[in-house]
Amino acid sequence: MTQQTQGMIRVVFFASVREALGTTGVEQDAAGITTVTDLIGLLRDRSETWHETLGAENLLVAVNQTMVDPSQKIVAGDEVAFFPPVTGG
Amino acid sequence: MQQKISIQVPAFDVGEECAWLAAESQEVGGIVTFLGVVRDVNEGDRVGSLYLEHYPGMTEKQIAGIIEEAATRWELIAATVIHRIGQLAPGEQIVFVGVATRHRGDAFDACEYIIDFLKTRATFWKKERTPDGERWLETRETDLKTVDDWKQR
Repeated sequence: MTQQTQGMIRVVFFASVREALGTTGVEQDAAGITTVTDLIGLLRDRSETWHETLGAENLLVAVNQTMVDPSQKIVAGDEVAFFPPVTGG
Repeated sequence: MQQKISIQVPAFDVGEECAWLAAESQEVGGIVTFLGVVRDVNEGDRVGSLYLEHYPGMTEKQIAGIIEEAATRWELIAATVIHRIGQLAPGEQIVFVGVATRHRGDAFDACEYIIDFLKTRATFWKKERTPDGERWLETRETDLKTVDDWKQR
């Protein structure tokens, strides 16, 4: 696991979300971010593809490895994961 | 209650896993197991191979949580969940759920509960690779209905 820079939120992506965005994850400055919704807003601004992918209706979110809904508050040092509905078993 | 959770690449030995469950206590009266395998056909198309991805750390936590839920509903002596990841061919093992209890009713119910909730909650994703291309599988409506039905059971 890479060391997280101070004041940053570690964002990770899985499965088709990772493929669409072309990255396993990014670090996002926590400044100005209170909730997951705020984070999604900032990430979606990056490009049309990010806008579409992170705007998907069935997108799931976890904060520090616990499922949450987008109203969840987040702080620097948190790990936020975005992924599609699961298909294990 | 003893539990064993493993997310792993290699295949597992069902016999060995049953032996582990049986050895946990002399109180064990019944062991029920479920073995999930890679189907050769999905939605009418031949499956070339399956690729299993997961969220390291979160997946194990979720499976532990599901086992804990089962343990509050039924008297479990031991439970095992093994899920493979990586590239799998049709016919290969994917997942093993085993439950050891005093009485068989608890074992049947708990085993079913664990696999039903693993399928809709655990952070795994399957990608099918066929000669015609690749596609990520989608959650099945029937699986969602199944966990919903548990509210009545």
